[in-house]
Amino acid sequence: MLEIGRLRVFHGVIEAVHGIDLCVREGECVALLGPNGAGKTSTLSAITGAARATGTIRLAGRDLSGLAIEDRCRLGIAIAPEGRRVFANLTVRENLVMGGAIRRDRRALAAEIDSWFQRFPVLGERRDQPAGTLSGGEQQMLAIARALLARPRILLLDEPSLGLAPQIVGRIFRIIEELKAQGTTILLVEQNAAAAIAVSDSVHVLSNGVVTRQGPAAAFGDGSGLMDELTGVHG
Amino acid sequence: MDYLIQQSLNALSFGAEYALIALGLAIVFSIMRLVNFAHGEVIAFGGYSLAVTGTLLTGNPWILMACVVLACMAVAVVLERVAFRTVRGADLTTGLLTAFGVSIILQNLFLLLGSPRPVAATQFIFLDRTLTLGPVRVSSLQIYETAVTVAAIVALLLFLRRTTLGMALRAAALDFEMVRLCGLRANRVVAGAFAISGFLAGLACIFIMARRGSAQPHMGFDPVLSAFVACVIGGFGSLPGAVLGGFLLGIAEVAVLILLPQSAGGLAHAVVFALVALILVWRPDGILSPAREKGDKL
Repeated sequence: MLEIGRLRVFHGVIEAVHGIDLCVREGECVALLGPNGAGKTSTLSAITGAARATGTIRLAGRDLSGLAIEDRCRLGIAIAPEGRRVFANLTVRENLVMGGAIRRDRRALAAEIDSWFQRFPVLGERRDQPAGTLSGGEQQMLAIARALLARPRILLLDEPSLGLAPQIVGRIFRIIEELKAQGTTILLVEQNAAAAIAVSDSVHVLSNGVVTRQGPAAAFGDGSGLMDELTGVHG
Repeated sequence: MDYLIQQSLNALSFGAEYALIALGLAIVFSIMRLVNFAHGEVIAFGGYSLAVTGTLLTGNPWILMACVVLACMAVAVVLERVAFRTVRGADLTTGLLTAFGVSIILQNLFLLLGSPRPVAATQFIFLDRTLTLGPVRVSSLQIYETAVTVAAIVALLLFLRRTTLGMALRAAALDFEMVRLCGLRANRVVAGAFAISGFLAGLACIFIMARRGSAQPHMGFDPVLSAFVACVIGGFGSLPGAVLGGFLLGIAEVAVLILLPQSAGGLAHAVVFALVALILVWRPDGILSPAREKGDKL
């Protein structure tokens, strides 16, 4: 579904990612793990088109290079970004409408928004409140629902557990598991290695802009060895 | 009593005109961070288009009003395409200088192709009549101006709440990149903002032409300068702030004219700007400065 080859990502003149390869097959969940500043978010930005990059990015066989952010979204890339970035001044419902703004089937979209309200009743109860009044976990659910309403081919999740209380983190990962069970293709960026490995099929570890380890999720066990590597504690 | 009513109406109509123009500046600034000083030339373009279509096409004022509004919308969108798109995302200063450049070029084009002297276009003068309501004599233009401004604000509010483009404009004021990540075309959102600012400039142009009866190269510059001050008072980039600032400025100008003795009339502007300075000491970002944070950003 998503194939990335020799990807280099730049912020201004600084190269943040030094030529990585990555592949996400249809229906698969791939975890991209790594410490702060390893280049995980930069990789996602290169896929969405928000950051300047060289190398190849192909979605369902189609080369994305040179396409604008909005065109990549229309081809099927949606993101629940780092920091959630919900539209705080719009209501919860309006945020979801924005998520499905590229769709023409208005009636199906409205029905789908209602089904998200049933799935996340907290969002349903607050549908007419500004999204800025939601808690961090609720904003994360909103960001995920907003991304999925575009009916993407692949969902990019950037640190969905960041800054959330442990029970809420568990809730978010259950949602990711459910999405995967429904067949959603997911590229998951995380620092919470154990939880990410548990929901993923394969894992890539990124450090200082290069992939240092990769393999099926089973090969990483419960991720406890990895945790030290990611936090920089070497025992 | 009737004096009070007349002066309140004065203040309201002044304020309404500033609010219309300030809203046009604010909606562009809120998503582009561009202070569009060429907004006044959009208004002037509307004035000249009235002079041209009024002599060539038709004398029907209602059709001409639609022409003026459409001309202002079109020129605003064209200016974005040829001038402002190239500096999109650039520094605030770059945008400001570009806007000044566009403004100067257009003023000189009006001078070269039109005339340095006022070009008569009196088709809208009929809007300005003296109405006698009991003991009070008021200008019909002032009533129209206030009513149309209120209607335009309500329409804009509905547009921003009910339509996808409207929501996108509100969202883009907070986080433009996220709007693009939702698949909305940046060029369309920006063009939408300029079209709305052009629409509001067109309405303002109709009332300015009704009062002046002629078009002149710099006819839009002074009102835009006042509207800029209104935006600063209200909080730059905030749409409610632009409306509030516009009406406050209108009230302040009329109040100063009434309260100052006739001999000190020349000081009116100085007093108004001193009041503005005081407001900015109290609230440096303006009264209703927009929120800066982007949701739950960690």
